[in-house]
Amino acid sequence: MASTAVAEQTNKNLWGGGVSPLKASYGKLMMWFFLLSDAFTFSGLLITYGLLRYSHPAFLGRVADFIPSQEYWPIPEKIFDGLPFLHGISIPLAFVGLMTFILIMSSVTMVLAVEAGHRMDRKNVMKWMLWTIIGGLTFLGCQAWEWSHFIAGSGKEGWGIDLNGDGILQMGVDFFGANLHMNEYGPQLFADLFFFITGFHGTHVFSGVVLNAIVFYQASVGTFERRGHYEMIEKVGLYWHFVDLVWVFVFTFFYLI
Amino acid sequence: MALLEEVTQVAVQPADKTNINRLWKIAGILLVVTIIEFIFAFSLPHDWKWMKISIFVGLTFVKAFYIVSEFMHLKHETKVLIWSIVLPMIFVVWLIIALIYEGGAILGVR
Repeated sequence: MASTAVAEQTNKNLWGGGVSPLKASYGKLMMWFFLLSDAFTFSGLLITYGLLRYSHPAFLGRVADFIPSQEYWPIPEKIFDGLPFLHGISIPLAFVGLMTFILIMSSVTMVLAVEAGHRMDRKNVMKWMLWTIIGGLTFLGCQAWEWSHFIAGSGKEGWGIDLNGDGILQMGVDFFGANLHMNEYGPQLFADLFFFITGFHGTHVFSGVVLNAIVFYQASVGTFERRGHYEMIEKVGLYWHFVDLVWVFVFTFFYLI
Repeated sequence: MALLEEVTQVAVQPADKTNINRLWKIAGILLVVTIIEFIFAFSLPHDWKWMKISIFVGLTFVKAFYIVSEFMHLKHETKVLIWSIVLPMIFVVWLIIALIYEGGAILGVR
C-alpha cells in the first residue's frame, strides 16, 4: 500500500486535483469565461448589424450629396458628425474618436492600477482607480450627449420625415430625429440597432464604473491590504478592458465602415 | 486600533520603470492605430468599399490583440487558458460568414 501511495506522489496528474492546472484563481477563471459568453452576446449584436446592413441597398450617389432615406442604409460619417458646443458644423466622427480616446486612456489607467496592486502600493492603486472612474463617467456623459443629439434630430437642410406629405419640412409638424418606431436617418432598423448596441455597451460601461467605484472604496479602506493581495483589482480590470475591447469593435463596425 | 495600524503597514515594492514604460508604449500603439483608421476613413476613396472594410477590420484586430494579450494579460497565461478563450471564437467566425451570406441573399430578393 505504501508503495502505491509513493507512486501516486511522483507520477502526479496535472488534472488529478491538488494543483491549479491553469495557474489562475477560481474568480479570475470565472471572469474570463463570463467575458467569453459576453463576447458571444456582443458578436451576435454586431453580426446582426452586419446582416441587416448588407441586406439593405447602399447609397450609390456621391458622398457629398448624401440625404438620408428609408430606401437605403445611411453613411455613418454623415450621421455622426456633431460635436458639443459646435452646432451646425460638420466634423465627421470626431466625437466618437474622442470617446474612443477616453475609453482607451481609462483602460491604460486601469492597467496601471493593477500594476500598482501587484506592488501592494495602495496610494497608486487609489490614484489610478480614480482616474479610471473619471474616464468611465466622462465616456458615459459623452454617450448621453450622443444619444440626445441622435434623438433630437440633426436640424440639417432637407433632413427629416415629411409627415403630412406637403413636401415642406416644418418643425413641430414633421418628424425629426429618431426613436424606436421612426427614424430620420434611414431605415428604422438603423436607429433600433444604434439604441440597442450602444445602449447595451453603455450599460456595460455603467456597471463597470460601479464595480470600479466599489473596489476603489475597498482599496481606500484597506480591505485588500488585510486580504494580502489586490487580485480583485485584476478581476474588475479584466471586465473593464473587455468593455474597452467591445467599444473598439463597435467603433469600427458601427461608425467607421 | 494598534492591530489595524500594524496590518496597514504593508511593504510597498518600488515601481519597475521598464514595466510601466511598456504599458504606456502599448497605449501609444493603440492610439496611433486609431489615428491611422481616421486617416484612412477620410483619405481613401469611397468606391474602395471592400478594401476599406478589410483594412478597418484588420486594424481592429491589431488593437484587439494588444488589449487582450497585454492589458488583459492573456498572453502570459497558461496555453490551456489561452486556447480555451480563443478557440470558441471560431463560432463567431462561422456566424459572420453565415449571416453575411444570408444578408446578400436577402438583398437579392428585396
